[in-house]
Amino acid sequence: MYQNGSSASDHPALSAFEDVDFSTAEARDVVVIGTGPAGWTAALYTARADLNPLIFMGPEPGGQLTTTTDVENYPGFPEGLLGPEMMDRFQEQAERFGTESRYGTVTHVDFRERPYRLLIDEETPVYAQTVILSTGASARYLGLENEQRLIGKGVSACATCDGSFFRGETVAVVGGGDSAMEESTFLTKFADKVYVIHRRGELRASKIMQERAFENDAIEFVWNTEVIDVLGEHAVEGIEVVNNDTGETRVMDDVTGFFLAIGHTPNTEPFEGWVDMDEKNYIQTEADSTYTNRPGVFACGDAQDDEYRQAVTAAGTGCKAAIDAERWLSEHGRAEIPTSEAERAPVKA
Amino acid sequence: MAEHANLTTLTDSNFEEEVLNADQPVLVDFWATWCGPCRQIAPIVEELADEFEGRAKVGKVDVDDNPQTAQEYGVRSIPTLLFFKNGEVQEQLVGAAGKQPLKKQLEALTGQPA
Repeated sequence: MYQNGSSASDHPALSAFEDVDFSTAEARDVVVIGTGPAGWTAALYTARADLNPLIFMGPEPGGQLTTTTDVENYPGFPEGLLGPEMMDRFQEQAERFGTESRYGTVTHVDFRERPYRLLIDEETPVYAQTVILSTGASARYLGLENEQRLIGKGVSACATCDGSFFRGETVAVVGGGDSAMEESTFLTKFADKVYVIHRRGELRASKIMQERAFENDAIEFVWNTEVIDVLGEHAVEGIEVVNNDTGETRVMDDVTGFFLAIGHTPNTEPFEGWVDMDEKNYIQTEADSTYTNRPGVFACGDAQDDEYRQAVTAAGTGCKAAIDAERWLSEHGRAEIPTSEAERAPVKA
Repeated sequence: MAEHANLTTLTDSNFEEEVLNADQPVLVDFWATWCGPCRQIAPIVEELADEFEGRAKVGKVDVDDNPQTAQEYGVRSIPTLLFFKNGEVQEQLVGAAGKQPLKKQLEALTGQPA
């Protein structure tokens, strides 16, 4: 596999482009990939700069915030705001200034030379003078044998979506950070009992979130313990765990819901081999900017941030990416599109 | 969520008639008002309802109002999208999805003789 973007001329993604006709492909100054706070902010700023951005919503429109409840730490909203509503507002604001948004996932990119080529859902071609990568991160799963099979049948990475299906039941949350505390506290609204299973003897979560969870009688902490597998044929009927201190394994057969809160992985797979990434596949950007190592390709939000991962920091870097893209484009100009303008499909305003 | 002309509102009481006895393939979207990802994919489902008008039926089940149907199909996560043909579940997609995977599935089901 490619470790960086320096040897991209024989990139395996290029084969996906072989049968695609680019002669009538749409050409845009700015394509934004991903619609969390970073992507919408990048779109807002480039729209206001008259760059007519096109934004692709991807497989999880709105991103991680759509799976949260109250966002209490976004400045300017002292009463808090629901995550999904917040993303509706981001979208509305970006579209008000001319952002064109489309359902579709950018599955392949060709970043060899400008204009860059993109494939939407493996088939629709688009040319881009600049690209802003804001694909964010998605919930991580443990990779247990029966975990994926039971998603939607008791295994979930979204407590706010699925909690109400577990009224009066017993559920387990895996994790030790803020989101594990938030999700387990939220789940006590529905479940009679919530186990928090953590592989260590202490939590990573912030003090305020820990205290909320400790004070909740319906939450029971299971320390120094890891989950080995999820049990059940058509629905979750228990989990198998191992105690890290004693090595003892046991089955918790009262558990019918299994919620993951063990962090995220960046959604950067289509860009592997094109832009530099760190060992966890977060996109690397130049210090104090959103520049990737590929000219005219910028990255913002959680796709390049394993450290802060806040709505407000994502929006902040989205703004930086837009300004970087605008300045870069005015400095370097537009690359010529390989076919004549007359043959091209009209660009939708 | 606003009513949409080509979308069928499915309930515990009309599910059999509208879905199981339908002579076309049916895409059923299990959702709830408080579900963020459901809200985000709602426009995709509406677009598909329009694009497949006359070829496939697209309907929505509010799981809060219709717990029986959700339970019957073991829905414990939303959004869940079930594809029915001849009264049988052909495919199940859990979680937010892009438009293309849903469209491909509907094309596959409508392409075959009923």
